[in-house]
Parts: sequence; structure tokens; C-alpha cells
Amino acid sequence: MELQRVVITGMGALTPVGNNVDDYWDALLKGVSGTGPITHFDPEKFETRFACEVKGLTVEDFIPKKTIARMDLCAQYAMISTMEALEDSGLDLERINKDRVGVIIGSGIGGFTSMMDSAISFIASDRVPRFSPYLLIKVLGDVISGHISLKYGFSGPNYITSAACASAANAIGDAMHLIQLGKADIIVTGGTEASINETAIGGFNAMHALSTRNDDYMHASRPFDSKRDGFVMGEGAATLILERLDHALARGAKIYGEICGIGMTADTYHITAPAPDGKSAAASMRLALQDAGIKPEEVDYINMHGTSTPQGDISECIAIQSTFGDHARKLLLNSTKSMTGHLLGAGPAVESVAILKSIQNNIVHPTINIEKLDERIPQDWNFCAQGPVQHPIDVVMSNSFGFGGHNVSLLYKRYVE
Amino acid sequence: MSEILEKVQSIIAEKLSVNPADVTPEKSFSDDLGADSLDTAELVLDFENAFGIKMPQEEMENIITVGDAVNAIEKLIAEK
Repeated sequence: MELQRVVITGMGALTPVGNNVDDYWDALLKGVSGTGPITHFDPEKFETRFACEVKGLTVEDFIPKKTIARMDLCAQYAMISTMEALEDSGLDLERINKDRVGVIIGSGIGGFTSMMDSAISFIASDRVPRFSPYLLIKVLGDVISGHISLKYGFSGPNYITSAACASAANAIGDAMHLIQLGKADIIVTGGTEASINETAIGGFNAMHALSTRNDDYMHASRPFDSKRDGFVMGEGAATLILERLDHALARGAKIYGEICGIGMTADTYHITAPAPDGKSAAASMRLALQDAGIKPEEVDYINMHGTSTPQGDISECIAIQSTFGDHARKLLLNSTKSMTGHLLGAGPAVESVAILKSIQNNIVHPTINIEKLDERIPQDWNFCAQGPVQHPIDVVMSNSFGFGGHNVSLLYKRYVE
Repeated sequence: MSEILEKVQSIIAEKLSVNPADVTPEKSFSDDLGADSLDTAELVLDFENAFGIKMPQEEMENIITVGDAVNAIEKLIAEK
């Protein structure tokens, strides 16, 4: 059967550097760091006391108070970015066939914070169970997509994907596949994460995964730099409206770009450490290229996973070298995480928004905080360390790798008839 | 007596995001105030915490209106 083409017709973003797509994109071009002291809890006794939190958000401006009480922060974030994306898409919700609209959101951690808070209160109490009937609907990750379908009446496929820091990439990939196969006309997709809490910071600290640059946190997320010492935890959400091309054309929709390929592999090396040879990561990039029928030299820009961990960044560079060979020096490369921090499962979604803005504007945002490139990284590669780079951007790869050994590469391209 | 009603009214208004003035004894939780089964269960928890009582399951099933809740709470407080 012939696969349907899939385009992106709406976007929403709620990030540590901007609470909507325009503010987010402006901040990325300006090289703004979203890092600050942790305010979600008292981090005094923690090794890491900073993170990239969402700022200045009043959830009540978007969601009724009564509904908020039933939602973990991660579900609230996803709802807010979805409201923006749907409005941006120009979809007439009265006219579309809602049976053909699905919701697939990625989240690595889901409503873990609600579970933790509730367990803490229980243990601190007289241990007589007084759990809220709202508790489990806040904890279970699947309600993130459930709330969105409930609000809008979208009755197509509905679930979440979980693959650690690649979660949203799997969501977007599944959304693409379902539309390609004719199973849906539109999928509301993306990712969300809100787990800047005691157990997540403490747990990632115990793994030595987080930066501990407390005295200079604005420069803590420094992918590819020789002095990087771990990632900076972020939070937020982004939503993309994926739509069958002819459906989008028929309603005269604005088209940001086309999603045309995905590659997915597993490292089979270690439960957290990336394989040093980057072999499976390279395989996921190659599979994405094959899936899209695109040659490596046609790629203009790679939005890298680039978390700022000592091992991860090197493995990814080795994988890019082996996939792209000589063309790697001609690629524009960057890490959105240098500014937003690591939004875990939501990362691939906010990064996809940056990619589609790049295709729209032919400009690539910088990677901030690179002072001296790690000497193991080819010194002639272009990480856009000096500022945004203007260049025709037609084909873009997005890389996402997760604890557990998940590798996902997505391919986006400019829409042309 | 009116003290209990007042407290119940404010708990309900807060939980269901409704105007306290609309929370009158004859109002039905589900039909008038928009509460579903989860809200009702959450409200019972709030009443229990606020008044230091434990509401038996069979008691809960008879609560349809705000007035029913107030009566049940008064009874439980008297039995304490």
C-alpha cells in the first residue's frame, strides 16, 4: 500500500526558556539559559541545587481549578502546550471528524511527583490510609493523553509512550506511522515531563548523571565542552499537530514541514551508559535515513541529543561520524539542551519545535556554553557555538537516546509538492 | 449548627470551584454542583479531616444533597 505523507500543522511549547513557541524560539536564537536555583523543593542538602524550571506560569489561566486538582503537573504542562498547538493549527474543531483524531504523548516519568508527595504524607501521618481518589489518576502516565481526549473529544488512538529521554520521539514516530497507514487523519503528539523533585534529583545525583556546577549554574549545561560534568534537569512540554498531507491541503493549513522517517534501535550494552562505539545510535540514524529515502549528504542539520554528559556526547559524535563520514563537517549541529536543560521524555518534542522553526526560518539556534570543545570531538565540526547560523535548512535529523539503551532518530524536511 | 454548614459550604465551594452562596442545603452534589464520583469521595475525605470524624460507607451512599452531608456530619460529631 502507498503510505500517506504526514505534515506538521500546529505547534505548542512550554519550556524553561519560554512559555509559548514564539518566546521559546526567541530565547533559543538569543542563547538564553533556562537554568536557575531549584524552587520546586528545598534543595539545600542535595548535590545539585539548580535546574531548568518553567517560569512565570499560572496554570489557572489555562485549566479550571477543579480539573487541575486531578492532574499531575506533567499532565497540566501537556494540556497547556496542546491548547497552543491546536489554536496554532487553525483546525475547526466543530468540523473535523474527531473519530479520526488521536492523542499520543511521550513521558519518561509521568506522574511520579504526585506518587512521591502522597507517599511522603502517608508515611509522616498516623498511617491510616486517607489517599485521595484523585491520586492514581494523577500518577498513571496514560491520563496525560486521556485528559486531552476528554477535553476535545478526540476519540482516535490514545496512549502514551515511555522510552526515557526518547519518549516523545517514539510518540511522534507512532503518530507518523498511524497517519501513514491511514489509521488516523490527525494525531496530537509530543511529550511532557515535570519531575524536578527530591527523588529524581537525588536519584540522578546518585548515578552521577547531573551537573553539580552549583557555583556557576548558568554554564552547567555545556554539551560538547571539555569541562562538562553532567546534564541539567529540565521540565516542560511541547505538542505537534501531525496531519495527513491531503487533509492539511484541503483545509488550506499552514505547513511547518514534513516528517518523513524514523529509526529505532536498542544499545544492548548497559542499562544507563551509552555504548562507547555508538554503533546502535548510528544504526538508528541510518534506519531513519533509509526510512525517508534520504542520503546522508542531503541532511543540513542535526539537532543532537547532546545532554552534556561526559560519555553521551562522545558516543553521539562517534555515531554521527560513522553515519555521515566526511559530510559531518558540513552539517550544522546543535544541542537545544544547552539552554533548556534536559526535559527527559519531553526533550524530543521541544527539540522538534526548534527544528521546524529552523526549517521555516532557515536559521539554526546556537549551542551555548562551549568554551573549549572536548578534544575527542573533531575540532572542525560546526556546533553553532558563536551564535545562530543562517543557512538553507531543508532536511533535519533529531537524535534522542534514553537510559535503557533506547535510540531514536527522526527526520524532518521542508514540505515541497 | 450553622457553623458546620458554613464550614461544609466553604469546603465544597473550594473543591468544586463554585460560589459559596450557591452551596445551599437543598443542592444536589451531582445534579446541581457538578460533582462526579471522584469529587464526592474527595469531599468525604475533606469532611472527615475537617471535623475529625470517620464516615461509614453506608452513610456516604445516602448523601445526595449538601443538607444530607451536614446532617450526617452533625450525627457523627454527636456520636463522638
